[in-house]
Amino acid sequence: MSKENFLQSSLGRKLVMGITGLFLITFLIVHVGCNACIFANDGGVLFNQVADFMAHNFFIRVMEVVLFAGIFTHMIQALLLTLKNQKARPVKYAVTNGAANSKWYSRSMGVLGSLLLMFFVIHWAHFWVPTKVAVFTGQPENTFEHMKEIFSKEYVVTIYLLGIISLCYHLLHGFPSAFQTVGLNNKKYTPLLKKTGAIFSITVCLLFAAMPITVYLGIIK
Amino acid sequence: MSHGNMNLTLKVWKQKNKDAKGALETYQVKGISPDMSFLEMFDVLNEQLITEGKDPIAFDHDCREGICGMCSMFINGRPHGPVKGVTTCQLHMRSFKDGDTIVVEPWRSTAFPIVKDLAVDRSAFDRVIAAGGFVSVNTGNAKDANNILINKDDADDAFNAAACIGCGACVATCKNGSAMLFVSAKVSQLALLPQGQIEKEARVLSMVGQMDDEGFGACSVTGACEIECPKGISLENIARMNREFLGANIKSKH
Ligand code: SF4
Ligand code: FES
Repeated sequence: MSKENFLQSSLGRKLVMGITGLFLITFLIVHVGCNACIFANDGGVLFNQVADFMAHNFFIRVMEVVLFAGIFTHMIQALLLTLKNQKARPVKYAVTNGAANSKWYSRSMGVLGSLLLMFFVIHWAHFWVPTKVAVFTGQPENTFEHMKEIFSKEYVVTIYLLGIISLCYHLLHGFPSAFQTVGLNNKKYTPLLKKTGAIFSITVCLLFAAMPITVYLGIIK
Repeated sequence: MSHGNMNLTLKVWKQKNKDAKGALETYQVKGISPDMSFLEMFDVLNEQLITEGKDPIAFDHDCREGICGMCSMFINGRPHGPVKGVTTCQLHMRSFKDGDTIVVEPWRSTAFPIVKDLAVDRSAFDRVIAAGGFVSVNTGNAKDANNILINKDDADDAFNAAACIGCGACVATCKNGSAMLFVSAKVSQLALLPQGQIEKEARVLSMVGQMDDEGFGACSVTGACEIECPKGISLENIARMNREFLGANIKSKH
């Protein structure tokens, strides 16, 4: 009989994955909501007001630290769990038929997550770093104009769209799975939860995708 | 005993013992009846190998009616083959076509070392059960039936969880080699009933602990186990185990 440390057990680690995942999902709602201000199509007035608030508000600053901690924890746990899972099957099957019993993206969360991380690094270099520099040097920052410039290049728009597609599939599996992992699954609400997850993932990603596309096409001026 | 018309090519994993290096070997079987079970087809092949003076293929089986859970075979990339809700012994050759090539491998999991060929050692499951999959009672006279009233939904859920035969198909198919479907079924069948509730916290903690010690992986909710389980054990059990585990950790005094 062995009793282990909660955070070192496989179930404990999974719970941490689920809880940080749910937290990151709530962040996405805020992120997509703020960015959607560009669709006001008012030359970036509303968007820049929101961006300025986000860059200077104390509560948002604290949440920013929590957010990075959340992403980091989610990543580290994923890495540790992946290593454990690989040890659980060192000799692979000659033939597997995963398509017969599960969705490809549910089996590819590690790959999708790694693609997302690469995308985030580019995304942070594009927006987060310049905003920080502006705040610390006290220079005025026109985030809207800055964004228009970034989204004027085709390859950048392509990278963003690929990043958003990875996000969409990561969410399609992650959203309902997070609830399952924290222990919520029954016949009554799980079908509803799964539907909500699919609608949420697709809506959020379509909104995100619309941003570089409309800016690139000059619909948002 | 062969009196059919199916001819098949089999690629079967041969491995001398736990530490030896194994490989897929190719065999031809002829005159297989579509009404034979998959194991009977293996019997025909083994008879043929013995007559030829070759080493027969080692595989596990016992009841041959879907209740003992011994017949572990990973067939064409799926545990127990292509048919839903059956074990290998319940799989018939009519599920294949004449001329097919069928690849048969053992369960692959660190926690299930290969004994020989297709036979694996699943005593890791027994150790998980021994860690807490029981109810401690004083023996005495049998109690009156329905002495303790049990909610119908709970009784049904407990009964469904108790249908697990410990076959290990969930571990075999899981990309993470996770045993959570099995362990959660065993945790649930007891935690749902009043007799099992007294020890439920200690039980989930030590069974999960043992599961980790055995080297099983962690669930990533692909749902493959639920689809491949011959007894239809549901992912709801894993969610229940997660709740029980969290609750037990919060309440635990040591
Ligand atoms: S949960 Fe299903 S697949 Fe897993 S051991 Fe039990 S019966 Fe077999
Ligand atoms: S031999 Fe018993 S379940 Fe197949």
